Parts: sequence; C-alpha cells; structure tokens
Amino acid sequence: MHPFAYVAPGTIDEAVAVLNEHGDRARPMAGGTDLIVKARANAWELDAVVDIKNIPELMSLSDNGDGLSIGAGVPCYQVYGNSDIAAGYPGIIDGASIIGGIQIQSRAGLGGNLCNAAPSADGICPLIVHSAVAKITNASGTREVAVEDFCTGPSQTVLNTGDLLVSIEVPKPAANSGAAYTRFTPRNEMDIAVAGVGVMVVLDSSGQNFESARIALSAVGPTPILASAAGDSLAGKPVNDETIAAAAALARDAASPITDMRGTVEQRKQLVEVLTGRMINKAVERARG
Amino acid sequence: MVATYDAKTDYKVIGSTPIRHDGMDKVTGRAIFGADVKAPGLIWGDLLRSPHAHARIKSIDTSTAEAMDGVFAVLTHADFPQADDKSIDAGEGTVNLRRGQTNVMADGKVHYKGHVVAAVAATDRNTAREAARLIKVDYEVLPAISDVDTAMAAGAPAILDGLVGDHLGQKVENTNVARVFRHEFGDVDDAFANSDLVIERTVSMSMVHQGYIEPHNATAIWAQDGNLTVWSSTQGSFGVRSQTAGLLHIPESKIKVNYVEIGGGFGGKTVAYLAPVAALLSRKSGGRPVKLVMDRQSVFEASGPAPGGKIRMKIGVNKDGKITAADTDLILEAGGYPGSAVGAAATCVFACYNLPSSRITGYDVLVNKPKSAAYRAPGSPQASFAIETVIDEICDACGFDKIQFRLDNAAHEGTRRGDGVQFARVGLEECLTAAKESDHWNSPLGDAPAGKSRGRGLATAYWMNGGGKSTCDLMLQDDGTVMMNEGSADIGGTRTSIAMQAAEVLGIPVEDFHPSIPDTDSIGFTGVTGGSRTTYTTGMAAYNAAHKLITELQHRVADLWETEVDNVSFADGTFSANGDSIGIQNLAGKLDPTGGPATATASVNLAEAGNAYGVHICDVEVDLATGKTDVVRYTAIQDVGKAVHPQYAEGQIQGGAAQGIGWALNEEYFINSAGEMANRSFLDYRMPTPLDLPMIDTIMVEVPNPLHPYGVRGVGEVPICPPLSAATQAVKNAVGKPFYELPVKPGRILEAQNGI
Ligand SMILES: Cc1cc2nc3c(=O)[nH]c(=O)nc-3n(C[C@H](O)[C@H](O)[C@H](O)COP(=O)(O)OP(=O)(O)OC[C@H]3O[C@@H](n4cnc5c(N)ncnc54)[C@H](O)[C@@H]3O)c2cc1C
Repeated sequence: MHPFAYVAPGTIDEAVAVLNEHGDRARPMAGGTDLIVKARANAWELDAVVDIKNIPELMSLSDNGDGLSIGAGVPCYQVYGNSDIAAGYPGIIDGASIIGGIQIQSRAGLGGNLCNAAPSADGICPLIVHSAVAKITNASGTREVAVEDFCTGPSQTVLNTGDLLVSIEVPKPAANSGAAYTRFTPRNEMDIAVAGVGVMVVLDSSGQNFESARIALSAVGPTPILASAAGDSLAGKPVNDETIAAAAALARDAASPITDMRGTVEQRKQLVEVLTGRMINKAVERARG
Repeated sequence: MVATYDAKTDYKVIGSTPIRHDGMDKVTGRAIFGADVKAPGLIWGDLLRSPHAHARIKSIDTSTAEAMDGVFAVLTHADFPQADDKSIDAGEGTVNLRRGQTNVMADGKVHYKGHVVAAVAATDRNTAREAARLIKVDYEVLPAISDVDTAMAAGAPAILDGLVGDHLGQKVENTNVARVFRHEFGDVDDAFANSDLVIERTVSMSMVHQGYIEPHNATAIWAQDGNLTVWSSTQGSFGVRSQTAGLLHIPESKIKVNYVEIGGGFGGKTVAYLAPVAALLSRKSGGRPVKLVMDRQSVFEASGPAPGGKIRMKIGVNKDGKITAADTDLILEAGGYPGSAVGAAATCVFACYNLPSSRITGYDVLVNKPKSAAYRAPGSPQASFAIETVIDEICDACGFDKIQFRLDNAAHEGTRRGDGVQFARVGLEECLTAAKESDHWNSPLGDAPAGKSRGRGLATAYWMNGGGKSTCDLMLQDDGTVMMNEGSADIGGTRTSIAMQAAEVLGIPVEDFHPSIPDTDSIGFTGVTGGSRTTYTTGMAAYNAAHKLITELQHRVADLWETEVDNVSFADGTFSANGDSIGIQNLAGKLDPTGGPATATASVNLAEAGNAYGVHICDVEVDLATGKTDVVRYTAIQDVGKAVHPQYAEGQIQGGAAQGIGWALNEEYFINSAGEMANRSFLDYRMPTPLDLPMIDTIMVEVPNPLHPYGVRGVGEVPICPPLSAATQAVKNAVGKPFYELPVKPGRILEAQNGI
C-alpha cells in the first residue's frame, strides 16, 4: 500500500480544499469499508485520505416531514436503528440492513455505497426507486443529481475532482405507496448480489390499481439500472398476476448482465424476472399497509 | 506385530467432557499464534508472486529493490543451495525436495499464478511490499492449462521441465501425467458382461480450498553459529523441520521449530511454504529475525488446495441386489507439481463395498494451478461423490432401498479393499443400521412452501485413518499434578483428549494435567496432526507413558514400604501392598527419599490405525425459480470407535459435514480464461456461513477399534466425504434432475431445470 496522509477536517470547505490540492490522488473516506480494501489492493495510489466523519453536515440524519436527509457519512446502523425511518422507508432499510454484516454496517453508509458505484451495490436501487437526489458540493457551489444518473460505470460517477457528496435527499413517499428491495445470493449472508431488484409502487386509494411504479436493478449492468419501461408499464393497471408478470418480463429485458464467477447471463436475467415479481408483490403488500 | 485389545466399557475419564486446557487462552485472545510472534530486531519479509499462470522467467532485475532504503535482503532461487532429488514424508503426502524447493521459489519457470519468484526483507511490512513491487521480472507467457482434459490432450505443452511420467510402469517423457497406476482383482469385464444392469457415469469437480481462517506465516532467525530457529503455523513442527532442512540442505539438528497455536489447517498446513524463505532472508539480513505472513489471496492462489478433476465410474449389479463389479478412472489435478491425492482416492473409492471384482486406475495430472495438498481425507470426498452418485442411480433404477442395498453390499471384517488390504473389525454395517433406525430417515421430508421443493439424499464414505510416530512425556509433580509434554499440534482439543487417556490410566483427574506442546528440541519425534491419527496415536503414547509411570511408582512404593515390587498392586488411582494403600496424588509428595521426581516417556510407531466410516443424510429445500438451495436437516452417523471426548468428536463430525456441504453446493476455484482464480477472496469463494447450515445432528456409533486399548478410531476426516453426494442426491431428489458436476450451485440447478 502506498503511504498516504490522513486528514480529518471539521468543515466542508477544509475538506474540499484538501481534495482540490491533491486532485485524483486524494479521496474522501466515509466508513472506509470500500476505500481501505481498495487502497490495500493497490487499486489506487493515494497521497491523502480525507475522513469526512468530523463534518457535522455529512453526519446528520433527519426527517423533516417533507422527506429524509441522509448525510454522506451516516452509517447504515443509524439508518435502520431509527424506528421512524425504519417504519417510513422500509425499502431503504431492506438495502441498508444487508450490506455486509453488523460490523460492516456499523461503519459503512449509503453515501459510500453510492460513491463507490458498484453495479452490485445494495444501497443504490432502493434510493433510485425512492427518486432520491444526491447533494454535491465543491469550491464553486452545490448541485443536485438524481441518484439514477449518479453512477456512470463500474466505480465511476458524476463526481469530479474536488466534489464532495454532502447528503442524499429522499422525498417523502406518496400516500398508498410501498417499496422493497432484495437480492439473490447463494449464501444467506456475507455475499454479493448475483442480481438485485428494488421496487416502489404507488397505488390508488382502493389499493387495487397501480398509479405509478419505479423498478431498479443491481448487478445486471455496468451501473444500477432504472428499468423505466417496466415501472411505467404498471401505471394505471390493476394489481394482478398478469400485470405484474408483464412488468417482470420488461425488467428482464432491461437487464444487460455479463457472465462471470457470480453467475451467468441467463441465470441473471431469470433472477431479475423472478425477483421483480416478488418485489412488486411485497411493495404492494407494504402499500396496502 | 500389531497388538490388539479388548476395549473396556466402564471408564472414569474417557467419554466425559472436561473443558479444554487451552480454552481460556484461546477465548481471551492470549494464545500465541504465528503472526503474534515478536523478537527483538524483527524485520519483515514480502514475496513477489507471478501474475501469470504459466510462464518462463527470462530475467529478474532486483537492483532497484536492493537499492531502496530500509531493504536488507532480496532473494531469488539462485540463493538456494542445490537440494537432493529425493522425496520425504510430509505427514499426509510426500515432498520431493528439489521440486518442493522450486515450489517455494520458482526456478526459471512459473507453474501457477501466485508462484513465488523473489523475496525481500526490509525494516517493516510496507517497505518490504513496496520493494517487492520494484523487482522487475521479464516473462515469456505460455498458455495456461486449467483442466485435466487439456493437460492430457495430445500435444499439450509439458508444464514441468524434465518430468518423466510413470504410466503403468512405462517411462513417458514430455507429459503432464506424472503417474498412472492400477489396482485390479477378479475378472471385471466378464462380471460386467454377466450383470443385469451396468451404469457408467463421469463426474467432475473443481479445486476447493480448506479455507482455514489463519493464513500461513513463519518467523525465522538464522544465527551466526548456524542454528536456525523457526516459528510457523503448522500441523507438525517436525515436518517444518525436515522440509526446511531438506530444502536448505542443512542438518535437521541445526533447526529448532517452536510450537505456536494454529488457526486451522485441515491438511493444508503440512507444507512448509514460508519457513525456508524466511530462513534464507534472515541469513542474508545478518541473522535478523524475519517474519512472513501470507494474505488471503496468496493463500488461495499459492497454498495447497484439494484437487479437482474427473472420475469415470462404472458399476454392475444383479437383480438380487448384489454388486458384480466396479471399475473407475480417477483423474485428479496435482496442480503445478506432481503429487495429488489420487493414491488415497484409490484406497478409499470402493472401501464401503464388498466387491467380487474391481479395477481402479489412477492418474496424477499436472495443471497450472497451485500444487494441491492434503485436505481432510484427501481424495476420498471426490471418490465418494463418484461412487455414491452411481449407487444412487442404481437404487433408483432397480427400486432398491438405499440403505438395504448398501447393507447387502457392505464392507465388513475380512473384506478386501480395492488395493488388497484386508479389514479387521469395522463399523460400516452398524452405521447403516443406525441410519436406518434414525429419526431423520424415518421422518417425512415435510411440505415445502409454494415454489420450492424438498429432497433427501444419503451417502456413505470411508477413511483409513493414520498411525505413525508420536511421543508423550509425563512428569508427576510433588502436588500430585502431572506435567505432560506431547508433540502433536493441537487443532481440535487434542491436548485434552490425549491427557484424558493418561488420566484414565493414572486415576488422576484430567483437570490436574498441564499439557504442553514443546519445540522440536524438547520432545521426541511426533508426526503431523493429520490423517485422523492424533487422538489414536499420540493418545497411545500417553497411554503407554502412563503405564510406565505406574511401573516406576510401583518401585517407589516398594522402596517406601520396604517390600517387594511384586507385592505392590495398582487400581483406581491407588497403590496397595500388604494391607496398606496410598492414592497416587498423595504419593507424589513423598517421592524424595525414593529417588526424586517420577517421570516416564513413551514413543510409538503404529503401522495400522483402524478404519472410519460415515453415513450422512441430507434434506434440502430448493427454490425452483432461483435455484437457491437451503439445507434444512442434516444427520451425520459415524463409527468413532470410542469417543474419548464426545463433544470434540461431535465437533469434528459437524465441522467436516459443514465443509463437505460447502464443497457440494457452492465452493469452487473459478478459473478464468487467463488461468487465474477469479474468486480469490472469502467474499466470492462461497464457504457456508452459520446462516447457511442447519444444526448438524450426529449419531456416534461405537465399534471399538481392536488396535487401541480404548477402541479409539480417528474421527476428523471421514465426515467431509459423504456430504458431496448426500447433498447432491438431495438436490436431485428435489428437482428431478441428476448432477454430475460440482458444485451444484444455483446457476447449475436453473440450467438443469430450464435447459438454460
Ligand atoms: C466484508 C464486506 C462486505 C460487504 N458487503 C456488501 C454488501 O452486502 N452490499 C454492498 O452493497 N456493499 C457491500 N460492501 C461494500 C461496502 O461496505 C459498501 O459499499 C459501503 O456502503 C461503503 O460505504 P463506506 O461508508 O464504508 O464507504 P467508503 O469506503 O468510505 O467510501 C466508498 C467510496 O466512496 C467515496 N466517498 C465516500 N464518501 C464520499 C463523499 N462524501 N463524497 C465523495 N466521495 C465519497 C470514497 O472515496 C470511496 O471511493 C461490503 C464490504 C465489505 C468489506
């Protein structure tokens, strides 16, 4: 491992200044559960690691009634350990509570999960189906990027040198909505998704028809994928086996997986279809309350 | 001559479950493992490993690394002395010294990815690592041979320069098949021709790793006087001593190997990968202590996994349910150097059955993967998978009851194993009967939830167990406690199970024993903890030492009481003569006038061990839409001879079953097109976690081993063998499709179902 300086600034401005000084040889560190692994494997040569956990804005977790704001450094256990958030955003909890194990979740957060931009990330699809937005800051100001537009390739994002993710903003879910996420792994814990599916549905007041839906897929493309056609196909349709199966088939079409040690193209496509059906049903169940 | 015993049935200590002597240190983190070793002036080593699976080394330029600040020494194969071209015993398998040397550091050619090419010693670990990266190696990359078919194909490039294969006695050059051998008896072809049904299948499996938690490590000090001191995580300190001596061409008497606790080995810690390198680095660094610790990637890529390969299996049967003949080709991957477990596979493959005729042909095949090593019953799991797969199909095809068929054909006392050895008393029939009567076998599978399906599988397997050499010393203290030294690395609680055997003889509570495992200068030779030999063999040394101590004490009592030694009797921990009696622990404080401390030492060399059998029953539930398999119920039945410490015996059975289930369902070396193991981390090398296993129920059958005074049989290895087939047949039963390739992972289950 290349020797690096460790800095732990207390403000966003200081952090951005260090990042700008070192360019691509500096990286922010949240929980470090991806960063340290990659640095040890010599994936990067870093001159500076900027620990963000002393910056108050990046460590705050709040629900102001209009939605949820998750600071970039907030670890998963705080998200699922908050009973209001757990009740209001169960789809996000589905993801946050399966990242690694308890030790990992005590450090790792959704901000790091998003910035790491793994195609298999378990935290990102739930954020996409919730229409969450990433709040990014740098020396010249702050901007917002929809989570589905954030990742641009494996380990690649819209972040430029000097950019810092401040928080993830999750709008308050509509009435009669429900969300769910699951992944397929051969083992029951400590495994990496062969395929994952997140779903958010909004039902009409009768609970019998879809008003709208969003479906997102992990580990079946270079980035997490928003399967728009699959989600849109449900809008205005009744909740029944045919409409759900049709959406699941469209989700399968949206997947563009590869064959590797974790699974094959055909296996992953089938998993997307199966898991999409299962997650739509689960989201409907949650929407009906 | 082999002594035989009639086992007792009434014991005071044997069969109880005292807490282990090393337990507190292990759970509080005080126990010293290899990576904990510190020495004044310690420096760190690091290894440069080949990025290619198969390549010629054109040149190595170490000058930049040597010039780096903080670097003490840089090593290549040129620094090694010439080793003898001979093989030495490494416990479970042999090591050819010259090849062993090029396995720890490549000489002109790399045979697998991760093969060590050079080493560095520097002030600290990071400096050593950075320096190793500065060594420039020029390779001529060669095509990687990743499977036995490619390796055996006509015209395949030979991996090992100069290898002369022995193919049924013929010398063959330019080959990747190091050895072909055969065991045959009866007229196999005639028997097939006269059978009512013959089934022939070919199964295959990938290389798998033991997955011990603790990576390999070694610390060495090669002092100016020529004495070498080593600490290394190993299943046998004497094996590290002999391999290090052989590879460095120095006398064993110059080497002292200190015992350190071991974080798992399962056969994989019988090979000294690091100690010889740490030693040479120390010498080149002016005698400084040098430490080497592997990372997980290196453990996967460059230590010794269990071979994958291919097995053809043909079995004939008559309508009356009797097997007529069996014929198999066992083709196992040796890895980058000769020496797979195919010999042991041949020993085990037909050992569950009493066969009228059989033919076994074994092939030891080089591939560009790490040199395979022992893994729990080496060779037997693969062999069991092959035969039990075909036996299961025969039972299905003929409507035979799966236990009755096995009972009707079971090996028993007098049966000849496929390699000719004749069995003494063995317990397979008792295990099968226990399986037949078990709650598990007699319970329905239960209903699966919608979309899922359940299935049950059963399989048997065999392991011959090991004997060999062991030593134990006993020293009775004034306070009536016993200091015990024995030479076996303690992996599964053997300090305690060995002490228990001496305690039973002496009538002293095992809690009053202080067992230690000294360095190689301080105890007689003791073989590796492997081959399921330790409780049996080192236990026998303890038993013999305890009897010697009793004899010694009888003389002391005779002295004290001024009587003839023949008048002094010993029973239940008490010496008696002429109406007087004294307890052994009381006597301990009164020995000074009789000549001081009483000690006894015993060494044994046991030619035979007594065989182990296991029968496992596995229930699975398969999600038909995803191919996910959950093991929902599991029972392991095993003849343990006599369970010295039933909890430890049960722990061995459960651990073995867990590893076998992983092998069956998910574990594999996933080799990519460049010949690299793609899944070289615990994240992607999918061993089962606690959430992936049900409670593994055990039924311990006790058919005493006539070769041991307490009837002990080795228990540690056979339990890894049956799960490969038991779990696979359970999945077959659940989804209605056979599987001939391991692992039976979700993708394969979907493929079998959908043809995708
Ligand atoms: C044993 C183990 C198991 C795991 N299991 C899973 C799993 O099941 N599912 C899963 O999805 N992941 C898993 N991971 C990966 C990892 O834990 C997650 O991706 C985690 O969410 C990363 O969060 P972190 O806070 O640790 O990020 P860090 O490692 O701190 O950072 C990750 C990346 O984000 C960048 N970054 C961090 N903060 C910022 C910021 N504020 N602005 C800009 N860039 C930033 C870093 O520079 C780095 O590139 C596992 C990891 C381990 C070690």
